[in-house]
Amino acid sequence: MKTVFSESPLLQAEGIEKRFGRVHACNDVSLDLYPGEVLGIVGESGSGKTTLLNILSGRIEPEAGVVEYAVREGGMRDVHQMGAAERRMLMRTDWAFVHQNPRDGLRMNVSAGGNVGERLMAVGARHYGQIRDTAVDWLQKVEMEAGRIDDLPRTFSGGMQQRLQIARNLVTRPRLAFMDEPTGGLDVSVQARLLDLLRGLVGDLGLAAIVVTHDLAVARHLSHRLAVMRRGEVVETGLTDQVLDDPQHPYTQLLVSSILKA
Amino acid sequence: MTAVQSETPRAEADSGYNFAYLDEQTKRMIRRAILKAVAIPGYQVPFASREMPMPYGWGTGGVQVTAAVIGSDDVLKVIDQGSDDTTNAVSIRSFFVRTTGVETTEKTRDATLIQTRHRVPETPLSEDQILVYQVPIPEPLRFLEPRETETRRMHALEDYGLMHVKLYEDIAHHGHIATTYAYPVKVAGRYVMDPSPTPKFDNPKMNHSPALQLFGAGREKRIYAIPPHTEVVSLDFEDHPFEVQQWDNACALCGATDSFLDEVIMDDAGKRMFVCSDSDYCEERRAAGHVGEEGVPL
Ligand SMILES: [Zn+2]
Repeated sequence: MKTVFSESPLLQAEGIEKRFGRVHACNDVSLDLYPGEVLGIVGESGSGKTTLLNILSGRIEPEAGVVEYAVREGGMRDVHQMGAAERRMLMRTDWAFVHQNPRDGLRMNVSAGGNVGERLMAVGARHYGQIRDTAVDWLQKVEMEAGRIDDLPRTFSGGMQQRLQIARNLVTRPRLAFMDEPTGGLDVSVQARLLDLLRGLVGDLGLAAIVVTHDLAVARHLSHRLAVMRRGEVVETGLTDQVLDDPQHPYTQLLVSSILKA
Repeated sequence: MTAVQSETPRAEADSGYNFAYLDEQTKRMIRRAILKAVAIPGYQVPFASREMPMPYGWGTGGVQVTAAVIGSDDVLKVIDQGSDDTTNAVSIRSFFVRTTGVETTEKTRDATLIQTRHRVPETPLSEDQILVYQVPIPEPLRFLEPRETETRRMHALEDYGLMHVKLYEDIAHHGHIATTYAYPVKVAGRYVMDPSPTPKFDNPKMNHSPALQLFGAGREKRIYAIPPHTEVVSLDFEDHPFEVQQWDNACALCGATDSFLDEVIMDDAGKRMFVCSDSDYCEERRAAGHVGEEGVPL
């Protein structure tokens, strides 16, 4: 994928540090993300990539370093310094977070329509008919049957639950999505269709995304740029094709060769 | 509140108890929680709920609030489902008679302090009255969010979208807002509150009521309040506005068309009639000469 991105970053992280006991989960990590860009963070389990995602999205505090986000009102805001109400509003409107397990991102005792409509209601939508119309629209955007709008999430397959989680997150047209192994735990064929859908949505919406995955095929399919993590450090960054086709760091070379063998 | 004035027990009170059963220190602790609740309308104030000589289901939260505010010159009314003579109402009333010796009444107008489960009296309340509600579940967000830490955060951040999700689900499944009891309200434009377990019919009476309204949840250890003349708005959607229950019938005994009606079975043949759930209101109307279809002039 070749895309020209705007000059100023949407999200900027500088010198991120995080330890869990003796484990150095993030060691001086810095990165930029531009509007409309998809950044893949790849690495094995324990590489610190999920911790990094949680820090970038304001879900956990770093020990050192700064994460700044370009808010809609203009200007960069320190994600960890803003008030809880402001951060929550960001998470409800301008950000999406797609969990690997849809159960972590859905309300399992609320209908598909209620799940999709929740963010709208959280930001003040008070017209039932309009909320419902928007929910139908989004179910269709993620290729779900509109007729299942009143069904509970548990009546859906894993792949459909993941689509529902995506619709629920994108309904407020966020500018940035955080995704943690978004296709993990799904059958290969289901995974492929979901990846196509995600790629289409990201393109249509001009959504920027940070996608954490251990699966280089997922990273190649979705991301413009890659950051390779190992033991809390980013060892290599670059355009996705470059990194995967011509890895420079020995660890990336190992990672790429092992996936090719598999 | 008359509670802070004289607390000399009357002669007929059982002298084995402190006035209103609770010791003075406990009453002061509860009053502090009440004052905080009044200062932050609709906010659930935690309090160190005490064991009372009755089961939780009997409204120990309301009983503790009443015990903390009652004074020896209060006139107490206790109602359960609108009636003064259910087992629950009778035993709470006799508990306070035994421990305070206060005068009691069944007449809403004559009471200075009313403890209730389920109903707000039909007779409009006045500025010199306090209404104490017994509450089983104080948390309006509990239905969809069982985590206490999360519901607290939602209240703190005024993050109430979930409340509308509940109403959305109602309409999606029933075609209309099917919640008829414990219907959520927003108090003074800030906190969402559960008036549980009163029928939504009574929600409009809470709005700008001249009386002080106090809510006590014993098992859940929470007290909350609506100060006099406070705005209480029932949540709804623009295209599904809040409505109170309506009946096709008038009260069979007093002919009232503006009160909450209970359907009662009259005989073995299954004959039914609708009568006011507020027995004092019904009686007062009949005494004033109103007669319903099945009623006889008093
Ligand atoms: Zn009547």
